[in-house]
Amino acid sequence: MTEQELITNIETVPETQEYFINMGPQHPSTHGVLRLLLTLDGEIIKKIEPHLGYIHRSIEKMCEKDSYQQIVHLTDRMDYLSCHINNEAVCLCVEKGLQLEVPERVKVIRTIISELTRLSSHQLWWGVMGMDLGAITTFLYGFRDRELITDIFEETCGARLTMNYNVPGGVMFDIHPNFQKRTKDFITYFRKKLPEYDELLTGNVIFTERTKDIGYLSKDDAISFGVTGPSGRASGFACDVRKRFPYSAYDRVQFEEIVYTEGDCFARYKARIAEMWESMKIIEQLIDNIPEGEHKAKTKAVIKLPEGEYYQRVETARGELGVYIVSDNKKSPYRVKFRSPGFSNLSALDTMARGNKIADLVATMSTLDLVIPDIDR
Amino acid sequence: MSRSADGIYNFMGLKNYISDIYNGVKSLITGMKVTGHYITHPKEIITQQYPENRDTLKMFERFRGEVVLIHDENNQHKCTGCSACELACPNGSIEIISGKETDPETGKSTKIIDTFVYHLSMCTFCNLCILSCPTDAIKMAQDFEHSVFDRSKLTKVLNKPGSKIMPGVK
Amino acid sequence: MNFNIYDFTDFVNSINVWLNTVFPPAAADIAGFVIIGICFLTFITLLGLSLVYIERKVCAFFQQRLGPMRVGFWGTAQTIADIIKLIFKEPLVSKGSDKFLFNLAAFIVIIAPFMAIAAVPFAKGLHVLDFDIGLFFITAVSSIGVTGILLAGWSSNNKYSLIGAMRSGAQIVSYELSVILSLLTIIILTGSLQLSVIVESQRDGWWIFKGNIPAVIAFFIFIIASTAESNRGPFDMAEAESELTAGFHTEYSGIKFAYFFLAEYINLFIIAAVGATVFFGGWMPLHIGNFEFFNNIMDFIPPIIWFFGKIAAIIFLIMWFKWTFPRLRIDQLLTLEWKYLLPINLVNLLLMALVALSGWHL
Repeated sequence: MTEQELITNIETVPETQEYFINMGPQHPSTHGVLRLLLTLDGEIIKKIEPHLGYIHRSIEKMCEKDSYQQIVHLTDRMDYLSCHINNEAVCLCVEKGLQLEVPERVKVIRTIISELTRLSSHQLWWGVMGMDLGAITTFLYGFRDRELITDIFEETCGARLTMNYNVPGGVMFDIHPNFQKRTKDFITYFRKKLPEYDELLTGNVIFTERTKDIGYLSKDDAISFGVTGPSGRASGFACDVRKRFPYSAYDRVQFEEIVYTEGDCFARYKARIAEMWESMKIIEQLIDNIPEGEHKAKTKAVIKLPEGEYYQRVETARGELGVYIVSDNKKSPYRVKFRSPGFSNLSALDTMARGNKIADLVATMSTLDLVIPDIDR
Repeated sequence: MSRSADGIYNFMGLKNYISDIYNGVKSLITGMKVTGHYITHPKEIITQQYPENRDTLKMFERFRGEVVLIHDENNQHKCTGCSACELACPNGSIEIISGKETDPETGKSTKIIDTFVYHLSMCTFCNLCILSCPTDAIKMAQDFEHSVFDRSKLTKVLNKPGSKIMPGVK
Repeated sequence: MNFNIYDFTDFVNSINVWLNTVFPPAAADIAGFVIIGICFLTFITLLGLSLVYIERKVCAFFQQRLGPMRVGFWGTAQTIADIIKLIFKEPLVSKGSDKFLFNLAAFIVIIAPFMAIAAVPFAKGLHVLDFDIGLFFITAVSSIGVTGILLAGWSSNNKYSLIGAMRSGAQIVSYELSVILSLLTIIILTGSLQLSVIVESQRDGWWIFKGNIPAVIAFFIFIIASTAESNRGPFDMAEAESELTAGFHTEYSGIKFAYFFLAEYINLFIIAAVGATVFFGGWMPLHIGNFEFFNNIMDFIPPIIWFFGKIAAIIFLIMWFKWTFPRLRIDQLLTLEWKYLLPINLVNLLLMALVALSGWHL
């Protein structure tokens, strides 16, 4: 072959093409029915388009025909991993509207269970994070520790996942007599087990290689996309609602707001692990000091909020959850809107994962800790 | 080993290379120690073999499995048919069909339940009906084995045949 | 017919003689092939079934679970039940796929380990193919399997499969180098590729002990590289269920899926067998130099038990890796090979040559 022929041959080689892949709605690492339309060049991601709505149940619309007590149980089904915190958000919003002062005991109980919920959510996230990166054993270890928390919930609240423990004005029942002992046992147990998490994943060279400098999100981007929770705080956006706008008993406990500035997957990972330590600290401060009193303030059987608009934000395990209720003085709200953290966090995915590989997208999605029913509602 | 611009060999690169390998291998062995611990300690296995341990399995007393209407030994219950639970239910799982009963002595007619229909398939176990009941006639039972082959079996009638309201409950 | 658990040579010879007396010479050869074929088919099937069961149990115990417990005593019949299920499942062929290659791929994947296993020395005299390039034959033949994986990915008409197949191709081409180079380090000492010679050369001690530090390094490189070559975690890039659903065998179902599954486990066995033969003396019992008393006690344990014991230990180590580590990314996988394993391997090879020349080995 002459030189000239070689050149013409090279020129006739077809160009490479970008191609599309549907990641989801059924895909092991989207953790639900999220569909991502990926534009790929080889393994490099050029563009991500999330397609939502596969698990839309119109919870916000359903709230408009329900009474205020009935709304609460629907929020269990939004972010099912932090269901107690969702319930609490609605109850706090209704209490704000009624200008109802809940007993101190209720505040402390709610805070403890919120933190237990956060712990259980992070444990599950840790397990799933490991599984997404291929270490299936972590999944079982995460669930092993979470099991103890669900046992605590089952004993006190009556259910393991969709607890529906809050009612406007307080909590449904008083805490179970075993609650304090079980919780303390769990904290002692988990303080021993959490370093194991570090040994298995945090220090592991494969894991750090997989997560460091991957899925970078700058502070400005985090703010403009509204990425909150541990994901936002790992980018340097100090947005912890528990610190900025304290509710329930958070104003009387000492804890640190975990803020990292790296903004990569590893920072988001570290932020959640550090949050587990902080949650345990909060529980330890409160568990022995639950004030005596009623477990529920007196409310009318039919709650009618005065005409107006009410907004309450809380910090779920995934970020800031806002509950916005418009009332027209009837027994059910005129309009309810939830500002769910998952939706805003997902919106930043394209910015974070563009230019990385498919395997990095899985890691990035994992560190965002998406719960799909929370995105679609 | 890399060569810097002024022609001097830089052995720092090689040193980093070796320390990278050392730290990497060390971290991997740390991880293997954890899993190694569990495989050598089979007593820490947490699996519960469910159908086999049915006899010893006890649910917590607050566990919400299904709604039941409490009957005493005389086949009497406390439900007055006020349908507060029906109103409190967010999903329409409870339907109360009420009837009238005339007291033969006084001639006054009172409202009683005819059938207390409970759709287990629609229930979300939110406990609102139990909270709303003024006479504590219903409660949550701990039974959780609800699987059936026929969907219609999930629609249950909670008041037992021939059951009567407990005297004195209003 | 004299059956001796320590030496199968006479046993095999007597079968041969018996065949020759019953059949004419050409038919005797064919009958011999048929007998060997049936033996291996049975062996491989049992091996696959038991390895799947062992893997499930080992993984369960790593994860504080019990694993399969329902079918049979401690779930021992679970894999048989699975095979029955897989046989009765519909063999789906996806729309737009290249049907010929799609079906062919499953067979290529299973043929490669079938061929390689023939050269494995199980015990003294229990050896089907013992020719002078035995080790070369095993490494060459077992890498035919990657053709099957590439074909499976290409013909499935599924982008996930295609990515998985391409990853697998890149991975196996790279790691082949390390496997062979790490084996070469020991070949310097044995001076032969014939597996029976390699085993015999370890009569006074296994190479991993005799071969000084380079042999230990070579063994670890061999374990890492061969784990990667067999597409097992943490190098299961080609399957990567959290990224590519199931990679190259996404579209396979039924018995063809079972072929891929079986091939993975037979490959695992072959890797462990090669590792055991080259580094741990194959069926050779543990001998320490001329320490006769100890050697005689060790000789009392039949070679076949030594062989399978060593294989079990290596397989357990590989399973331990899989159930502990996260998966690498494809570029990190190649970095590990080309920037770490290969240079270390080459230096190690030189070192071993030096050791062999200076006579520092035992």
